[in-house]
Amino acid sequence: MHAARLRTLSILTVVVLIAGYSLAAFSAPMDADQGFMQKIFYLHVPMAIVALCGFVFGGIFAIAHLRTEDPTWDLRSYVAIHIALILGVGVLITGAIWAKASWGHWWVWDEPTLVSFLIIFLLYATYTPLRFSIEDRERQARYASVFAVTAGAFVPLNFVAVRSATSLVHPRTFDSADNLPGAMRSAFLVCLLGMALLFVTLWKLEMTHKHTTAQLRALKRKLGGEDGGRPRRSAAPELRVG
Amino acid sequence: MIAAALPDNAGYVVAAYLVFLALLLIYVAIIAFKLVRMQRDVSELNDLADRRAGAPGDASADDEPSVVGRSSLHE
Repeated sequence: MHAARLRTLSILTVVVLIAGYSLAAFSAPMDADQGFMQKIFYLHVPMAIVALCGFVFGGIFAIAHLRTEDPTWDLRSYVAIHIALILGVGVLITGAIWAKASWGHWWVWDEPTLVSFLIIFLLYATYTPLRFSIEDRERQARYASVFAVTAGAFVPLNFVAVRSATSLVHPRTFDSADNLPGAMRSAFLVCLLGMALLFVTLWKLEMTHKHTTAQLRALKRKLGGEDGGRPRRSAAPELRVG
Repeated sequence: MIAAALPDNAGYVVAAYLVFLALLLIYVAIIAFKLVRMQRDVSELNDLADRRAGAPGDASADDEPSVVGRSSLHE
């Protein structure tokens, strides 16, 4: 990944995010029911969608790793899940804030949408400890990929199950074609695009960092600076370059 | 003054967006920390390369501190 491309992507992400949230703040009309509070929607929902897609992408990359045994795919899967987890934290916190403002409670245990997201989040929260618990790097990568594929398949299944369940208080965002008026829809779509771009930017940034670190280590080995001792135990995949 | 101009429940909206910003800032801070460590590694490698280039018959290289004694590149 060239730094110039990463820079372009970063600039594009910032521009789209600023445009999206400007549209949400100034162009999208106030919600008739919730008023100003509904503006959290433009942050919370895109973040949730991108986080869930990130988990699914982690699973797809893991399939590629299991097929090819190329550690780069394991790294891609690891980074995608890692960033999706960070977004997941954001989804849970912003969701709780919105719930408190809207329903008067930080959390509603009867609501399938909330609980299902929490289950998915907790499922993926075990991903890093699972990796860390396995010392052998090849076995770690293989087990983590199997986990990522299984959990990644669980995400859309869970989504469908929740959609078919009866919602108590949590609204369904796309339950009909016209439940989001024009200006709201366009603001939401730009915010969603911005959030997706943010995910890709952070993913590429972390991938670039991991590759550069691997190259530095390879260079260090070539120059004879490595101690040659046992590699440090880590949850992150290890790339061998050169 | 700004608070008075905002609608009811604006605090919750501001808090939600601040959470997002805080998460981003924490992430950027972690990346910056890693970048500093990487920069240190690069300068260490630079020293190593200089030492190797100047090793045969270069008396000035002998005056430099030993690389072996420094902290390892491995985390």
